[in-house]
Amino acid sequence: MFERKSHRFFAWLGVGLVLMGFMGIHAAYRRNADTPMLRGKGQMVRRLALTDLCLFTDARYARNPVLADLNTPFQDCPLSLEHFPSGSLLPVPPHLGVHPAR
Amino acid sequence: MRILEKQKNLVDFTLSSLLRRKGKNTALLVVYTFMIFLLASVMFFTGSIKKEAALVLEGAPEITVQRLVAGRHDLIPAAYLEAVREIRGVRSAAPRLWGYYYDFTSGANFTLMVDESLKDSPGVVHVGSGVLRTLMSPEHGTIPIKASDGSFHFFEIHHVFPAESDLVASDLVLMCEQDYRKVFSIPDGFATDLVLEVRNPKELTTIAGKITQLLPDTRPILRDEILRTYEAVFDWRGGVLVVILWGSVLAFVIFAWDKATGLSAEEKREIGVLKAVGWETSDVLVMKFWEGMIISLSSFLTGVVLAYLHVFFSSSVLFEPVLKGWSVLYPDFRLTPFIDGTQLAGLFFLTVVPYTVTTIVPSWRAAVIEPDSVMR
Repeated sequence: MFERKSHRFFAWLGVGLVLMGFMGIHAAYRRNADTPMLRGKGQMVRRLALTDLCLFTDARYARNPVLADLNTPFQDCPLSLEHFPSGSLLPVPPHLGVHPAR
Repeated sequence: MRILEKQKNLVDFTLSSLLRRKGKNTALLVVYTFMIFLLASVMFFTGSIKKEAALVLEGAPEITVQRLVAGRHDLIPAAYLEAVREIRGVRSAAPRLWGYYYDFTSGANFTLMVDESLKDSPGVVHVGSGVLRTLMSPEHGTIPIKASDGSFHFFEIHHVFPAESDLVASDLVLMCEQDYRKVFSIPDGFATDLVLEVRNPKELTTIAGKITQLLPDTRPILRDEILRTYEAVFDWRGGVLVVILWGSVLAFVIFAWDKATGLSAEEKREIGVLKAVGWETSDVLVMKFWEGMIISLSSFLTGVVLAYLHVFFSSSVLFEPVLKGWSVLYPDFRLTPFIDGTQLAGLFFLTVVPYTVTTIVPSWRAAVIEPDSVMR
């Protein structure tokens, strides 16, 4: 059946497409299975009135970027430059920008 | 049927031709697949975490009111709570008590927070799984906390939040109000900030305006701003990863461009021979089309499937150092896959189509000139 190179190539292509299909099925299955977990997290956020995700814990403004002020990263000393590494991975929240978006 | 048979013959011939230059084409295939793998991984990761963040933060407070003193976040007096409750359109307002605690034994920062459900349980805490991971001796079931007056308090851990909730609760230590005030020496009648619910979401900005008018030393933060912040955080982080990858993407583009546009003398001779034995220009172009498709489609399918396995089965092991930072408590979370078909289609059209087109154009140039001049 796969004696011709073209047959082998189309079979390989078919396998790739089937795997992509499985990806879609797996994603849908996982979304369904994870719904109670996501809902649970949402309920926790609502119950405790949380404003931020726990992504970084090294600095106050990185733990709660939403509640940070523009001067927060510098407030330990007026001339100190921000030195926490997570600062490079967190942009300034849009509402704290030079022209805050509201 | 004849058309199909012709195409199969062309694919057979193209594959044989590709296999004659096995080393070069395998290198191209590996680099191409790796490039798509990296780009698709960034795409899957940022897409899923953005979606998850938006879903989880849907329940965040509609308005959070902070008090600022000399530009710094300060405790908010209970009188402010009464004032905001009087604003028309505010359905409910509640104080929040929370703060940061640096645990010098583990070098980790915890978020201490008051939970109303623990009001009758002094000395008891509920903690996130990240907190438990950092404790020196978790088997004791207690957590020592140094109060602001220097005294130590040992709290009993009655509940640990499951690891699935790490994205929101990894560093949380929930306790009753009495314990919280004792640890931080915060007097009664003060809270960290206020959270508000409004009757009509369309009035959010109007109510926020009224709050700043009534209490000029406060700053209201809307839920919309929370959601926008996290959208920006993950766009930025995806951007950072793409910038890091930019060098490799560029190197690949140059490599692929050179491979696709510059026909080697051998390839030109091959086209000349094919024309001399009776192949039409269109046949040569179709053969080159298949060559581009075989390389790019194989790379695309393999790269995307590998990226999916990387992000959703191995928790993005390659990106972990960038995402983790130096945080001791960083949550160890598993992402729920949200695949955006449009993004996937975008990746397809940005990778497969340009490569296939660039392989055809130089071949067309070589195919339209006389066979003898190409072979000479």
